[in-house]
Amino acid sequence: MSILVDKTTRVVVQGITGREGAFHAARCKEYGTTVVGGVTPGKGGTTHEGFPVWNTVTEAVVAAGANCALIFVPPPAAADAIMEAAAAGVPLVVCITEGIPVNDMVRARQYLATTGSRLIGPNCPGIITPGQAKIGIMPGHIHKPGAVGVVSRSGTLTYEVVGQLTSRGLGQSTCVGIGGDPVTGTSFVDVLALFNTDPETSAIMMIGEIGGAAEEEAAAYIEAHVKKPVIAFICGQTAPPGRRMGHAGAIIAGGKGTAAEKMKALQAAGATLVRSPADMGATVAKVLAA
Amino acid sequence: MKIHEYQAKALLREFGVPVPAGDVADTPAGARAIAERIGGRVVVKAQVHAGGRGKAGGIQLADDPAGAESAARQIIGMRLKTPQTPPEGIEVRKVLVEAASVVERELYLSVTLDRGRGTHVVMASEAGGMEIEEVAARTPEKILREWAHPALGLQDFQARRLALGLGLAGEAFKQGTVLIRNLFRLYLAKDCSLAEINPLVVTTDGRVLALDAKLNFDDNALYRQKDVAALRDVHEEDPLDVEASKFSLNYIKLDGNVGCMVNGAGLAMATMDIVKQAGGEPANFLDVGGSASPEQIENAFRILSSDPSVKAAFINVFGGILRVDRLAEGIIRAVRKLGLTLPVVLRAEGTNVEIGKKMLADSGLALTMADDMGDGARKVVALARGSR
Repeated sequence: MSILVDKTTRVVVQGITGREGAFHAARCKEYGTTVVGGVTPGKGGTTHEGFPVWNTVTEAVVAAGANCALIFVPPPAAADAIMEAAAAGVPLVVCITEGIPVNDMVRARQYLATTGSRLIGPNCPGIITPGQAKIGIMPGHIHKPGAVGVVSRSGTLTYEVVGQLTSRGLGQSTCVGIGGDPVTGTSFVDVLALFNTDPETSAIMMIGEIGGAAEEEAAAYIEAHVKKPVIAFICGQTAPPGRRMGHAGAIIAGGKGTAAEKMKALQAAGATLVRSPADMGATVAKVLAA
Repeated sequence: MKIHEYQAKALLREFGVPVPAGDVADTPAGARAIAERIGGRVVVKAQVHAGGRGKAGGIQLADDPAGAESAARQIIGMRLKTPQTPPEGIEVRKVLVEAASVVERELYLSVTLDRGRGTHVVMASEAGGMEIEEVAARTPEKILREWAHPALGLQDFQARRLALGLGLAGEAFKQGTVLIRNLFRLYLAKDCSLAEINPLVVTTDGRVLALDAKLNFDDNALYRQKDVAALRDVHEEDPLDVEASKFSLNYIKLDGNVGCMVNGAGLAMATMDIVKQAGGEPANFLDVGGSASPEQIENAFRILSSDPSVKAAFINVFGGILRVDRLAEGIIRAVRKLGLTLPVVLRAEGTNVEIGKKMLADSGLALTMADDMGDGARKVVALARGSR
């Protein structure tokens, strides 16, 4: 097993005729993901770099049984693309787009709550179950099938931890990038709950960052529910307050959302904290060996 | 994005949120003319993007136009230092001159995003004039909150509940309710990330007014808020931050001497952290993004190295989309153009890493290779200390 995505996942790429969409659709397919085609309104009926293109997500669902949408639509239209996928009944929507206005996401999230769809992201690298399905922009080759579940607000820092794990022979069950925006579809708590009940996940590596209180909420959940070891790293320990550190959601506002607070909460909840980003893989190895 | 108080007040006025009569001036004579127009006592307020202006001498009362002129003469051109400014302060270029209000009560009102709930929250408190964080820490029960429906917005009954909770009665209750609704309307219409009125005052003659105003905006929405984007004042930002924004680079200048260049915000923060843990101080945050072009890399490296306090640079790249050969091309271009001699530590993983490393090795750049993040951090901190 794994969580959320596996061999049965059938992906439709929204924005497939764009530069990023086309490039990553091909990389996902190369990895072995079933990419059924893409959607670009107005270009339905054509093919783009070998992929069939539809006008709507519903057409992709009906024609090709798409059960996952991967979104590369530019920011002004991305929230609409998310809602379109949910309206089409796609159960899993993964949005890579960075730079969506917060107000658009507030409305899209409310819309999603009225459907049965789960959103991963936006502003995230996507999700991968190594050896089965890669739905996102992460480099596939650094991953290895295994038993460590990875959940992170960051992209490249996730690649960093995956690289450290794989080089120690530690594979991953599923890696989920939940995204660096202030309003996202899936939280740490959601993913922790899934890993907690996944029989193939034996430890959880969690990477948080400054801003908001998602890590504190995760800590409360870990303390109350999680039976598996959780190893946590929080980046932004040296970030100055009041400045947005690249991610729209990475900001210490009004003295809240500091790395120190988050680390304290996670430690108190029983998670194993990693102080240095160079030690993430080694710490997971140590915890698993104990 | 932040704007000045006088700009925020113009927006408030446009949306029907009452503010004191006033205008902005960039000369003492201009301040005098405004005071003459207003008549009576005025307040002269330094316009900088930082709080704590009053204690720093940036806000002065004047009884007449001559007093306004002399206050403006003192304030314009001064380097205002408050806990929220850089240590060297910010030069004041403009003052807001407005009618002094006789205040009966000071309240607090704001709208912002509640990230946990994924919707907007209106906060109000009778403890106006204080930092809301302080109120939240000391007397959390004194903060009233109403969460707007994510799609339907703030309802009238919620505005009334807040106004009543603030102890407003009679005419002030009516004014307050309208004001709260209008502030929320402005917040949504202009894609604000924060709309804060502190203090919101009730004057002795019964008017409800925004005495101060702070509006911050969602950078991601500026593409559809052209009038707001035009209010940006680059004088309030670090020149290197401004330069970086021209090339869509996420750069934030810090106080240390180890320049950092990284792809991805999380890895960039983690790189700063590990530099600090190795005993160094990061000179900046710099995220070149996932798909930076050689031109962006060249400019990023130029900006990073133009900070005179940078003694060594740490390039830490985990290429998913970013190709290491393109990174190398950008760095080499920057070095050739500017004749840089800055010691550089490179840690790179990812696509075309061998080609990229060879290009850099052949470039004549003072380059040290690192095996991993920890190794890179130790090496760059040693180089910055000059102990090579």
